[in-house]
Amino acid sequence: MTTATTTTTADRIDERTIVIRVRGDVTAASEQPLMAAYSQAGEKTRTIVLDFSGLDYMNSGGIGLLVTLLVRANRQKQKLLACGLNEHYKQIFELTRLDEAIGIHDTEAAAVAAAKA
Amino acid sequence: MTSNTPVETPKARDDAANWAVPAGRLRVGEVPPGAVNLNVAGRRLVGPVQGFGQLWQKTYRVRLDGIAITPPDVIREWKANYGVFWPKGNHFYAPQGGIRPGVVVLINGESLGGVEVSTGIEVIYADDESFTFMNAEGHPAAGIVTFSAARDEHGVSAQVQVLIRADDPFYDVMLPIYGHRFEDQMWTKTLVALAAHFGAQGDVTVERVCVDRRRNWSQAKNIWRNAAIRSGFYMFGAPIRWVRRHTARAKG
Repeated sequence: MTTATTTTTADRIDERTIVIRVRGDVTAASEQPLMAAYSQAGEKTRTIVLDFSGLDYMNSGGIGLLVTLLVRANRQKQKLLACGLNEHYKQIFELTRLDEAIGIHDTEAAAVAAAKA
Repeated sequence: MTSNTPVETPKARDDAANWAVPAGRLRVGEVPPGAVNLNVAGRRLVGPVQGFGQLWQKTYRVRLDGIAITPPDVIREWKANYGVFWPKGNHFYAPQGGIRPGVVVLINGESLGGVEVSTGIEVIYADDESFTFMNAEGHPAAGIVTFSAARDEHGVSAQVQVLIRADDPFYDVMLPIYGHRFEDQMWTKTLVALAAHFGAQGDVTVERVCVDRRRNWSQAKNIWRNAAIRSGFYMFGAPIRWVRRHTARAKG
């Protein structure tokens, strides 16, 4: 075990959309930073875009964490989208069938446009 | 709006070899002698998103303190003897190459009423300190199960963490009556056997969290592929198959 850093930044695009930029690793140990960023969303937010362009590593614990985030978002009637995934992690979303619940877009612009559509 | 928190995580940058490649439908290799391959070949994997019932996260943990082992030692032995650590009456037909990403494994397990349920899993992730299964359609639980070992200031511990929903309304009804108890016994006995393998006393702790109380009613249709019901029909159809085989032989 070595120390790794999970960094999240939440940027509000408009009243209904925020982008959570994830950098570093996403594992089961990333719950605190990811949920802290999600807590910025607020009641009026309808779409949360997870920007994974800074993602270094994700394991199955990270997949479990995304499922938990998805449940919380659905409870608030919010849509979860992802962007910036490389081909490897797109495959992992497909393997775990997370792509059926989290819409995947190549770029943040595409995800934000989909959120507004 | 920034959160920047250092966290302890296992490091493995180049992890492509640790993950299975998505194949769409499950493919079963050679069926081991004695195994029943009923509800696996041609099925898809089901995660927590595709399940029906409430979403549960359960964590079973055993401490292996005082033993000179490392987390990779634990995982290596666990992978090599996985089926041996299971409670009697349940069969995990590990392939010859062992537990590695992409491997599909047949499971024949005991269930209520004496029906032997035929189902399976795929190993979706495996590294030196953990491995993860995802269940096939029709399995009682839609979700993922992660087996891991870790070191802290007290020593090494081994853990099973399940993130699952009952796959369909039938299993959802059975969960409080039988399913939770079965699962708790399954993983507790597994960890006790694992601990005994290393010469440790197995005091297993269990944490249960209901992550989502709501049911996915859109997934109620999953009942059509229920492995327990299908295995029951298969079992009760055995005399008919026997008569057909002998009739065909007599004619031929």
